[in-house]
Parts: sequence; C-alpha cells; structure tokens
Amino acid sequence: MSILINETTRILVQGITGDKGSFHAREMVEYGTKVVAGVTPGKGGRTEHGVPVFDTVRQAVQETGAEASITFVAPPFAADAIMEAADAGIRLICSITDGIPAQDMMRVKRYLRRYPRERRPMVVGPNCAGIISPGKAMLGIMPGHIYLKGNIGVISRSGTLGYEAAAQMKAVGLGISTSVGIGGDPINGSSFLDHLALFEEDPDTAAVLMIGEIGGPQEAEAAAWIQKNMRKPVVGFVAGLTAPKGRKMGHAGAIISAAGDSAAEKAEIMRSYGLTVAPSPGAFGTTMAQVMAGHRKAA
Amino acid sequence: MDVHEYQAKELLASFGVPIPKGAVAFSPDQAVYAATELGGGHWAVKAQIHAGARGKAGGIRLCRTTHEVRDAANDLLGRRLVTHQTGPEGKPVQRVYIETADPFERELYLGIVLDRKVERVRVLASKAGGMDIEEIAATDPDALLQVVVEPAVGLQPFEARELAFQLGLTIKQVGAAVKTIMSAYRAFRDCDAVMLEINPLVVTRDDRVLALDAKMSFDDNALFRRRQIADMHDPSQSDPREAQAAEHNLNYIGLDGEIGCIVNGAGLAMATMDMIKHAGGEPANFLDVGGGASPQRVATAFRLVLSDPNVRAILVNIFAGINRCDWIAEGVVQAAREVKIGVPLVVRLAGTNVEAGKAILEKSGLDLITADTLTEAAEKAVAAIRTKN
Repeated sequence: MSILINETTRILVQGITGDKGSFHAREMVEYGTKVVAGVTPGKGGRTEHGVPVFDTVRQAVQETGAEASITFVAPPFAADAIMEAADAGIRLICSITDGIPAQDMMRVKRYLRRYPRERRPMVVGPNCAGIISPGKAMLGIMPGHIYLKGNIGVISRSGTLGYEAAAQMKAVGLGISTSVGIGGDPINGSSFLDHLALFEEDPDTAAVLMIGEIGGPQEAEAAAWIQKNMRKPVVGFVAGLTAPKGRKMGHAGAIISAAGDSAAEKAEIMRSYGLTVAPSPGAFGTTMAQVMAGHRKAA
Repeated sequence: MDVHEYQAKELLASFGVPIPKGAVAFSPDQAVYAATELGGGHWAVKAQIHAGARGKAGGIRLCRTTHEVRDAANDLLGRRLVTHQTGPEGKPVQRVYIETADPFERELYLGIVLDRKVERVRVLASKAGGMDIEEIAATDPDALLQVVVEPAVGLQPFEARELAFQLGLTIKQVGAAVKTIMSAYRAFRDCDAVMLEINPLVVTRDDRVLALDAKMSFDDNALFRRRQIADMHDPSQSDPREAQAAEHNLNYIGLDGEIGCIVNGAGLAMATMDMIKHAGGEPANFLDVGGGASPQRVATAFRLVLSDPNVRAILVNIFAGINRCDWIAEGVVQAAREVKIGVPLVVRLAGTNVEAGKAILEKSGLDLITADTLTEAAEKAVAAIRTKN
C-alpha cells in the first residue's frame, strides 16, 4: 500500500498539451503511472503520448473514469482548473503551478467546502513537486529514479528538499512508501496534518519524515496532532534557521512574520511534542535510521 | 510588493476612503509649491520609504510656514532614513509627501490582513491608534477587535458597524467609520492586497474618519492582473543586487556571511544555508536559480554572488528534477570562462543527468572541489575558507 496514489489510480493531466504538461505526462507514463486522459480546452480529440485529450474535465471523467488529476495550468487559470476538477468528481487534485494569487486559493478552499468532509476532494499543492508512490505511480515532476520503494512516508513543503530526503533515505538503505510535496505557498490545498493522518492509517508506512519551513502555523499544529494521535514515529525538520525576519525566502509562504514562525521556534515546538528533530538537513537519513532501529527494539 | 504611503492613500481614496489633502514632491521647490496649493497653515512633510516607524526616526516634520516646508524637504530628500524597521543601512528618501495637518479628536487603528491560519481575510481594529499592532496584541489582546471575513460574500456592513460601535464612536461617527472600513476592505480585495494598515485612523472634530497614515502590501502572484499596482513599484527601495536578480528570474537575498550559495529550489536553498551554518560557516546569500535553469542563468547567478565583496567561497548545490545537471555544469563552465571566480568553488550535483553533468565538469579542467552529499559540500566549503586563511 501507499497513500493517495498507487499503480491502479486512473490519472488525468490538466494542461497536457502545454510544454510542461506534455513533458511531465510522458515522464509519468514512462514511470508506469496509469495516465488515462488529458484536458486542454479547445484541443479535445487529439492524443498526446497515446493519451486521449478532452476539452473539459467532466468529459474526461465520463469517458475514462479518471479519479486523480495533476494540473499544469498557468497561474491566472490555475484556481479555475482545480475547481473544475473538483466539480467533475476528481477526488485527488495535485496543483504544480507556482504563482497562484493567494485570494484565488482562498476561494478554492471556500469552494471545496461545498462538499461534505468525507467526499471533499484532497488538493495537494499548489507550488509543489507532487506525489510519488515509488515503484507504483508518480503524480508530479520529481526525478522518479532517485526514490527507493519502502516504508517511510515523507511530507515536505519544498520539492527539492523532498528529493534530498529521498537520496538520503536511499543512502542508508531506507525506501519510501509515498512522498508528498504540499507546496511553498501561504495557502495550501492540504497540510502536513491531512497527510500525517493518512500515513498513520497506511499499513505499509512505518514512520514519517516531515520537512517544514519558516512561516505559518502548519508545523506546530501538525506536531500537536502527532502527539495526540500518532503511534508511528515521526522525524521532523524545519528549514530556514539562517533566514532573516521579514524576508520572503523564495517561496511565497516562507517568511518569518509572526511569533512562532522561525525555524528554531518550530523545531522547539516539534521537540516539545515528542518528535525527533533531525540536527541538520544532512541528517534526514541517519536520524530516520536511528529512530527506526530504536522503534524495532522497543517493539 | 510594498508601495509608498502616498500611493496607498491615492488608491484608498479611489475606493472612497477619506484621506487628508496631500501631494507628492520630488524636490524642495515642488514641496513648497504643493504646500501653497494645498493651502492652510499646517503641513506635515513625510519621507516616503518602504518602512514604518518614520515619526520616531525624524522622517515626519510638522511645518507652519512654507519656509519650514522647504527646509524639511531639503533635509529629508536625498538622505537615507534609518528607522527600527529598515535595518542599519536605512532606505533612500527620494520623495516626500506634503499633507495638510488638521487637528483631530481620536486616533484609532484599522488593519486588514490575509490570515494564513484561518486562510481568510481578517479585519482588525483598536482604540489604541498610533501603537504598533504587535504592541497592542501583547499588552492588551482584548482591546484588539477582530472580524474574520466569509470569502463567499465578503465583509458585510453589519460587521463594520459592530466594529465601529465597539470602538466607542458616536452615532454620527459610526456612519463615517462604516463607509471607511467597507471602502478599505474593497480596496484590499479588489487590488489583491495581503496587508493594509491604517494607523492611525483619525476622527476629526467635524466627525470625519480619515486615514492619516496608510501602509499596503500586495500579493506578488497577483500583479499580472493588477497593472496599476505593479506600476507603483519603486526599485530604489530594494537592494540593487536583489533587483538585478529579479530581472533574470533569480531569487536572491543578500546576507552577512562569506559562503556564496547557488541552489535550485527555495527549500533546498534554505537547507544549504542551514548546513553551512551547521558546519561552522556563515552563508553570504540565499539564491534560488529556479526550475529549468539555462547555462546563461547559472552564469548570471555567479556574477551576482561574486558581486558581494564578502564572498570567499562558493557552494553550488543542485538537486535536479526539472533542472538538468548537464545544463547546470555547462553554466558553471561558462561562468568560469566569463567571470573571474577567484575563490574556492564547491559543486554538488545530484538528480537528473548527474553523470553527464559530472563529466562536463571533469572535462573542463576547472579548479573546483566536488562533493556527493549536502553535508560533504558544506563541510568542504567551510574547510576551503579555513585553509585559505
């Protein structure tokens, strides 16, 4: 098992005929992902990498039974694309787009509340690297070959830091069940907490690595939830120890603007809730290996 | 993106927020002309910089004669104003705002922010105008009035009215305050602002409710649809290296350390800085070359990093996904050909096309230090500085 996606998940690519959409659709297909449809308004009827293209998400869902989507749609139209997918019955929507206005994401979140919690689509991103369940499926833009299949769940705000984690896990012989990039924007479709809950339920995930950043309340909320609700061990890290206050560090959401936003404060909060915090970003692998060894001993 | 006080006020006024009469001036002559045109006998001459706390730093002068207006403008224009929000280097004053300074009865606080925690717009108000919001929140959190706006319908008049009554305004003032609050909210929403602060919001003797100061920040991601806001951008208020980086789609922030960083991805860039610190060094900058970096962009990144005289070693850390290690390597080689690097260079490549990238570096015959992991790269960069001493 894994969370969110596996080898049977029927995947739709929104924006499949654009440069990025086309390139990554091919990468996903080559990885073995079950890409069943593409959507580009006005380009319906074509095929791209052998995948049929439709004008609307609704048509694509009706014809192919697509259940998860990845959106490569330019920022002005990206929020609309997420809502279109939600309305057509897609249950998992991964938005890669970097640069969606915050007020648009606010409206997306409001729109999703039309659905009762149990039927509400999961939105991953925006401004993220996507999701990979190694050896099964890839709904994202990551280099698939760096991931080893295994039982560690990874959740990261940053895409490249997620790659770093995958490489370090591989170096100590640990594999990954699923790796999720939740994105670097101030308003995310889903948070650490949403995915931690899924990993806790997933029988093939033994431990979780969560990699946060400066800015926002997410990491602290997740840490509090972990102490109360999780039996599986969680290793945490917060990037941006050297980031100055009030400066946006690349990601729109990575800015120290309130108390508790800094890396040091968040790491301390994580420790206070019983998480093991990796001492440096070079120690994801070794820290997780130690935690796993300790956990096996205790069990 | 930040704008100047006078720009925020003009924008707010266009949405119906009452403001005192004022005019911007770029020279002492213009300042005197503006004061004469505005009329009256009291003016405030206010330095326009992208930072608050100007009053305490001497950036706001009250004048009674046009002679005083000229002196104030003369003194402020062309200097760098240092407030406790600017950092020690201060911000250059290239414009002053001349405003009629009428007496007022009360000072209030009004703020509107995009709140990440609730993922909605939050309106804040307080009787304690003139104080920092952090100060109000710390000293008397109960005094901070708040409304979280339902995004489907926006701020409603009854919500603004409740705030106005809680601020202890008279019935006549409440009407004016509701109009001001609603107009400010519309400006915030329709211009894709992320922060709006009217501090103080003043109540005059004739029951008007005016924005005496105004600060606004806008969502960079929404500037594509807010041309008039984007046009307000004043490059003089940001670090010249950062402005230059932005022109090349690079994300650069200068810091005080000695090890220059060139990294892909914001998260990995922060982590690389953290790793340098962990290894005993200090990063000189944050730099994200972004996805799909061409050799040209990498070469530009080198020039930027090397324009900082404190840089004594460079660490290139690329974990390629969308990026390709071979392109990055070509960029490194190209940069070394065009720019005299002159400091130790540590390169760590991983991910897409890593073997091709390493081969290019090796073939180039460049004098560089390679590393396979993040830890190794940071340690080698720190060691390179130490051995040079």
